[in-house]
Amino acid sequence: MSNKILISGNEAMAEGAIQAGCAFYAGYPITPQNEIPAYMASRMPEAGGVFIQAESELAAINMVFGASAAGVRAMTSSSGPGISLKQEGISYLAGAELPAVIVNVMRGGPGLGNIAPSQADYFQATRSGGHGDYHCLVLAPASVQEAYDLMPLAFELADKYRSPAIVLADGVLGQMMEPLVTSPRHKVTKSPEKPWALTGCKDRPANIVKSFYIREGDLERFNLLLQKKYKAIQDKEARYEGLNLEDAGVILVAYGTMARIAKSGMLKLRQKGKRAGLIRPITLWPFPQKVFQRLTVHGKQYTKRIIFLVVEMSYGQMVEDVKLAVDGRAKVEFLGRSGGGIPTENDVIKAVSRLIR
Amino acid sequence: MEKVFGRPNSLRNVATHYCPGCGHGIAHRLICEVVDELNIRERVIAVAPVGCAVIAYDYWDFDCSEAAHGRALAVATAIKRVHPETVVFTYQGDGDLAAIGTNETIHAANRGENLSVVFINNAIYGMTGGQMAPTTLLGQKTATTPSGRQAGSAGFPLKISEMLASLAGVYSVERASLHAPQEIVRAKKAIKQAFINQMENKGFSLVEVLSPCPTYWGMSPKEALDWIKDALIKEFPLGKLK
Repeated sequence: MSNKILISGNEAMAEGAIQAGCAFYAGYPITPQNEIPAYMASRMPEAGGVFIQAESELAAINMVFGASAAGVRAMTSSSGPGISLKQEGISYLAGAELPAVIVNVMRGGPGLGNIAPSQADYFQATRSGGHGDYHCLVLAPASVQEAYDLMPLAFELADKYRSPAIVLADGVLGQMMEPLVTSPRHKVTKSPEKPWALTGCKDRPANIVKSFYIREGDLERFNLLLQKKYKAIQDKEARYEGLNLEDAGVILVAYGTMARIAKSGMLKLRQKGKRAGLIRPITLWPFPQKVFQRLTVHGKQYTKRIIFLVVEMSYGQMVEDVKLAVDGRAKVEFLGRSGGGIPTENDVIKAVSRLIR
Repeated sequence: MEKVFGRPNSLRNVATHYCPGCGHGIAHRLICEVVDELNIRERVIAVAPVGCAVIAYDYWDFDCSEAAHGRALAVATAIKRVHPETVVFTYQGDGDLAAIGTNETIHAANRGENLSVVFINNAIYGMTGGQMAPTTLLGQKTATTPSGRQAGSAGFPLKISEMLASLAGVYSVERASLHAPQEIVRAKKAIKQAFINQMENKGFSLVEVLSPCPTYWGMSPKEALDWIKDALIKEFPLGKLK
């Protein structure tokens, strides 16, 4: 049965996790994501799970490591400075092939920065923010509804690929309230059997959860297995929303809150007869490369005239992935602000109008 | 003929990588004897440290998790909360438990997590080549205190067990040693009690075990045992702290 409620993005992500069968949450206070631990503190015990306010971000992510090793769906949440501290544990999760969900409600940086919304942690999320050769799945919701809907998907993908998954939101999305329909649109899959989990070695050989491969050649072999997994993820799991692409002269590329603003700019441009389109990546890693390839290869007449305008609440991070995907076959322009500044709908319309003229 | 002594079932039949005279092999064995005697091999879960005992899971034949350096008690906290019916213990050295992991140690203890901790204090970092540990004695020469630990620049030996004993959340703290057979028997008894405490839901129990590191103390195995008796015990007196 579905139910329509008014709720903040932070609370929506917390409830989405509960609906996904998340049975363990550990976190540490940091703005602008404090509604998540507060919601979990009251909701998790009702759902029969474990809530712990950890003594630090380091402890929180390593508690998630332990809970995941014990076989349950586990998550933590934080914002920039806290996510930096969690990188140690995220690297260990990747190395031990443990599923987990990490929510980053991005704020301004570097350093303590500020608590204004930002998209400046894109590099950290998509380039493996910790040490070693690994990737995290990265999902980027653009509405409260999607913040809720992507949580079950994040847990499902984390389990499927035994990999940490990051839900990359921002301060606007975390704080704003929108109507939410609480029956998940994405069908919730149950946590799969985890024969590798630590439960006590009754009727089976002992299980070991580790990321340590000290014997010569072992780590390279393991890293090649990881790479195979990452290739499968890149082949199968890229997701995006495309609007008005087929005849577009300028295609805006934006994710999360920025995509909302870019979309309303694009729709106003269309009303004026300007051929603008929008690509909104939903997965940031894997990045939806194929749509860029489809639009710029195949020798279509308009191909050479497409210009991609990447809009971010940063000074240019996702734009690098767009350039890699386009690979020189079209022009890639950038519009961005950071540190609390947000490109407005008007900024978007002006920038597109300049390019389309 | 009746067999009166053998390898514990929980201890894998493999050679260890430890140096001659190292205490880790003895401590590993004591834990396995306790696990066998309590008949908990099928419900025990160990959390291994980063340090010389990083591959303890290659020697113990029961479920084990790795933990990042210092984070064993955060990992163990979650495993125990998820599976309260299991018996969860951490095995940590002095650098792991009392330097990089001090925060995790104090807060797991203060929350009164129902866990057992075996804390190996050999007053040195072994795996990385003999650097100063938080428990290194004043005057003790290490790779990073070449003229001996000086209080003025490197502080004092950290008595983390005494600190933990002061916390309301802690049920039991005891310090034992491996320098003589009768002490090894006492250490085993303390470890066993720490496991029993958890099985009886008493809460956080820690056993500090003074353990020889002849290699990085620059001593023969026999000299190392004597140094525990003559020097280490003076700074870290044995017995029940709580």
